[in-house]
Amino acid sequence: MEAARTEPANWTLRTRQWIDRRLPMDHLLPERQPYFVGSWVYVFGVATIAALAWVVVSGVVLAFMGPQWWHASQLGRFVNSIHFWSVQVFFIFMVLHLWGQYFMAAWRNGRAPTWIVGVVIFGVSILTAFTGYLSQQNFDAQFIAVNAKDAMNAAGVGAFFNVLNFGQMYGLHVMLLPIAVIFFVAWHIVMVRMRGVVKPIDAEGGVKR
Amino acid sequence: MQDMDSPATYLHWGFILISVPNLVVIAGMVVLFAIAVVAPFPHGGKDDDGGR
Repeated sequence: MEAARTEPANWTLRTRQWIDRRLPMDHLLPERQPYFVGSWVYVFGVATIAALAWVVVSGVVLAFMGPQWWHASQLGRFVNSIHFWSVQVFFIFMVLHLWGQYFMAAWRNGRAPTWIVGVVIFGVSILTAFTGYLSQQNFDAQFIAVNAKDAMNAAGVGAFFNVLNFGQMYGLHVMLLPIAVIFFVAWHIVMVRMRGVVKPIDAEGGVKR
Repeated sequence: MQDMDSPATYLHWGFILISVPNLVVIAGMVVLFAIAVVAPFPHGGKDDDGGR
């Protein structure tokens, strides 16, 4: 077999050649885009990433300074608001991006894994936002936790995911879940760059599968 | 100015129950999406195939 004969024995070389084949640098950092990318619909994805950057930066400041600061000081309340509203913008643009990709059937031509990772990002983001509401350290957070515990218990996850346990919710919100969101977003972007942006359905006379 | 400390007004038609703020956000998203589809994008030259 041709492929087996030329396959190098060294795993680092094999890995590098695999990456070079699947993700050459001109795909990872292209200087031009296809003409059909000239539409505002394609801006929704990058707007989502921009909002995520604001979420992360403001979240790092909040984690560093603590609840007394974000509730009692003027600057703390401002950064708290930045964190809250950038999350709203993040979700709005993520859903607009979802609509755009749905209507252009962006899972075509081997892009199903990209779509699936996008779905995972959506799910993990909802969990992250939910734990964020529980981490506010105010009456709103207590109200949500006390009401949500019944849903969690009904779903059978109350023993592992205790919404009344502030430490657990806060730890998930500031560490594990943001890492997961950022990891999946990075993976999503790399997969988009590997295959390029999907062509419009009528670009070459009908849907290509 | 909207009072942010009072509960939101809810609209109720049959099985549909939605707060006015949520409805406003969703309507705004639909409008923004429609604008993004029809609004011309600057520097969208047709001769550029991006090498693909």
